[in-house]
Amino acid sequence: MAQTIKGQTGEWEIVIGMEVHAQVLSESKLFSGASTTFGKAPNHNVALVDAALPGMLPVLNEECVRQAVRSGLGIKAEINLYSVFDRKNYFYADLPQGYQISQLYHPIVGEGELTIDLEDGESRTIGIERIHLEQDAGKSIHDQDPHRSFIDLNRTGVALMEIVSKPDLRGGDEASAYMTKLRSILRYLGTCDGNMEQGSMRADVNVSVRPVGSTELGTRTETKNVNSVRFIRQAIEFEARRQVELLEGGGEVVQETRLYDPGKGETRSMRSKEEAHDYRYFPDPDLLPLQLESGFVDALASDLPELPDEKKARFQAEYGLSAYDAGVLVAEKDTGDFFETVAKGRDAKLAANWVMGELFGALNKAGTDLADSPVYADSLGGLIEAISEGTISGRTAKDVFASMFETGKSAAAIIDEQGLKQISDEGAIESALDEIIAANPAQVEKAKENPKLKGWFVGQVMKATGGQANPVVVNKLINQKLG
Amino acid sequence: MTDLNRLTIAAASAGLAKGEFSARELTQSCVDAMDALSDLGAFITPTPDLALEAADQADAKRKGGEDVPLLGIPLGIKDLFCTEGVQTTAASKILQGFVPTYESSVTTNLLRDGAVFLGKLNLDEFAMGSSNTTSYYGNVVNPWQSASKPDMQLVPGGSSGGSASAVAARLCLGATGTDTGGSIRQPAAFCGITGLKPTYGRCSRWGIVAFASSLDQAGPMARSVEDCAILLGSMAGFDAKDTTAVDTPVPDYTAELSAGVKGLKIGLPREYRVDGMPAEIEQLWQQSAQWLRDQGAEVVEISLPHTHSALPAYYIVAPAEASSNLARYDGVRYGFRADAPDGLPEFSSLEDMYATTRGEGFGAEVQRRIMIGAYVLSAGYYDAYYNKARRVRSLIARDFTEAFEQVDAILTPTTPSAAFGITEEPSGVEMYMNDVFTVPASMAGIPGISLPAGLSSDGLPLGVQLLGRPFDEVGLLRVAQSLEDAAGFTATPQLMA
Repeated sequence: MAQTIKGQTGEWEIVIGMEVHAQVLSESKLFSGASTTFGKAPNHNVALVDAALPGMLPVLNEECVRQAVRSGLGIKAEINLYSVFDRKNYFYADLPQGYQISQLYHPIVGEGELTIDLEDGESRTIGIERIHLEQDAGKSIHDQDPHRSFIDLNRTGVALMEIVSKPDLRGGDEASAYMTKLRSILRYLGTCDGNMEQGSMRADVNVSVRPVGSTELGTRTETKNVNSVRFIRQAIEFEARRQVELLEGGGEVVQETRLYDPGKGETRSMRSKEEAHDYRYFPDPDLLPLQLESGFVDALASDLPELPDEKKARFQAEYGLSAYDAGVLVAEKDTGDFFETVAKGRDAKLAANWVMGELFGALNKAGTDLADSPVYADSLGGLIEAISEGTISGRTAKDVFASMFETGKSAAAIIDEQGLKQISDEGAIESALDEIIAANPAQVEKAKENPKLKGWFVGQVMKATGGQANPVVVNKLINQKLG
Repeated sequence: MTDLNRLTIAAASAGLAKGEFSARELTQSCVDAMDALSDLGAFITPTPDLALEAADQADAKRKGGEDVPLLGIPLGIKDLFCTEGVQTTAASKILQGFVPTYESSVTTNLLRDGAVFLGKLNLDEFAMGSSNTTSYYGNVVNPWQSASKPDMQLVPGGSSGGSASAVAARLCLGATGTDTGGSIRQPAAFCGITGLKPTYGRCSRWGIVAFASSLDQAGPMARSVEDCAILLGSMAGFDAKDTTAVDTPVPDYTAELSAGVKGLKIGLPREYRVDGMPAEIEQLWQQSAQWLRDQGAEVVEISLPHTHSALPAYYIVAPAEASSNLARYDGVRYGFRADAPDGLPEFSSLEDMYATTRGEGFGAEVQRRIMIGAYVLSAGYYDAYYNKARRVRSLIARDFTEAFEQVDAILTPTTPSAAFGITEEPSGVEMYMNDVFTVPASMAGIPGISLPAGLSSDGLPLGVQLLGRPFDEVGLLRVAQSLEDAAGFTATPQLMA
């Protein structure tokens, strides 16, 4: 359901288009052999061409091309067999060449689409305009010296995919769902690590508003470099409200570049259209047009992993999961894989409940994630088995799980060590019950008159068996004998 | 032995091989020549000590039985090629003091083949010019003098003016040049030497300071067609570091030099007969055609209909690429950085630092071309200028493709005039007209060679140009050799060591 803003003059629709910059997962940079490893000492990962020394030439990294094509295939996009690298010219201290190599006129990936899953269970398809490859810039550091700025070129020339959506998003919820889904797909493909804190994914968010019912687009602003899903939502909500207030107050939205300040929760003007650069794009004469063979694309397509949407559908069909549960479990590839290991040959719904309930809860509480989970998928599977087979009760299982999480031991080991194995042997339970019935004739009479008092016998049997009697069996026998 | 510096590369190689003299003696004669004629301003950075050291190593290698094509041959290197450990300026103040930590691919190839480098040769700043008067390190003087005004200093042409002057004055046996719109062929013509611009993609551009990337091409400048063939054999080759370098085998460029032109068809493009061209240039052109005819070639008139558009299109494409290629010279990482104004410790802004550095670091001609380039690429003008120029460019290339279905080589004058005086330098567009015959081949990426075919009435050398099919330097050199043989050009410059 689209979000709208209720203004004083009426209801406003929010129109959003996103340009997501996703760092390509590759060993080396887009046009140089320098490493892309994050966190190296400043200016450690710099080749001569990255520093734009005289006479240095870019050489295209095939792996980055492969990754861009795979990303395109992941959003069901048209792959352009012919694409061209253009120079985007502007001066900045952390842009040594004085231009960024990008793809303006002929991007490598054309139109595609992506399905977003909203919290109310609805799904919407969002159009993607294009993906192009481009170089990242370096980093200017202004806060280490009162008089000097420092430049770190480690990031200079690292490959980025700019993924441009159509203006199909209608609010902060949709925009954050879009970012989440895109991140999920890229992580499934292994084309971007999706690490937003390290800047591996960041979004330029174009926002405009228009009266509900209007089909014309309003003047948009572009909020640059928003680097978390939460900030995207906040920036949009602030920006849309600001624009509505401006328009309703008789003002005009200025087409400009803005910045989101998470501390203050507001967007601020960075530069207006008048100050906008003329980037003087033209085809980079150092690089020949990129011509791909259709066989190259076909091979990548046939090698694509199962992606979140397909996996979700399969989880629903194969394991009988709800759309919601399936959606949660496929959001991260690792979670889906974990779940499948737990569920394989076992009660899948029970497995889903345990993964999403106890396990996620415990991980969350411990401040860790699935990769560092002390309970492995196989062990959790063992626990599910013990429950399904009636070896332990669901109640006991929670305690066993807590011990597993603490010690990393298997369910079986803990059940053994702590003697938690449930007694399901009817004979054993029956003899215990018979003894209790024999010793308490008065209670037997009362219970026969008032069936509610049967619970007292359950308690006594549990007490006598050290809590290990299978409650299902106990209840059955009591009903038989005191029925 | 004296005058070793006057030998051709072929002759010097033979002498070295026979042990008639050593590489050290040969190099010393060049070093002496460089000293004697330093007033020509041909070198920005002479490196005599390094040269003599390299010559000794060459002699030692030869004693050790090593034999590579250029072992011990002293060459000059245009100061557009980055040379490891030796200052590389592109004749610009903005690169003053820049010492590369790397060696260009072309000079690496020459070193692999045993060449001895005498130093870095002067040029027009960033290779932009046709007279070598835009260098921050001073003008280069043409060693030729006219009969009518012997006291007047003449330009050597450009941009490879230092290369042409040094080769003509016998300061080195050969030199590297680069050609973007005529920068090898035009100075070769002005200085009475031979200069070859290979097919675009034949020599790697890696490590050559870029002017216009889609046009720049390195090539040899020497005193004979054969020497150019020998040098090209070393300079050419595939290079994975330059994606525009073409991966095609390097043939023996000397193999067919003596094959003659019998049965070949030579085209004379009628569009190269331009208004105001001196009669003696027209005569030399016709004479050259006759020489080829005499040796059995068939000469036909052809048409290259888009010739007249080549120069205007070139002056859009080349400055556009240059404006972007030269953006990296910003004073941030290497080379020259201006001082803050009025004795202040720092600039008021980054933009201020850029503007002052680039304003002081680039000369007038470079600034002019950066501005033209930025203009033709700017929003609203891109289609009208740059895109149209690209379309014209493909039409020019098509002209040549069609012509080469008809003929084996094309013969034209190299320049519309002989060398002019440094002080009578034409300005603006008139200067750009110098490249009118050389630019079309650059735009099409085809190979071209200029060789001296005669003297003007004023005693100055005049060059003719042969153009060939892409990557058919072997065929082009074959025709050039026939023409050289027929022309029998033996005149030497007045200033010669």
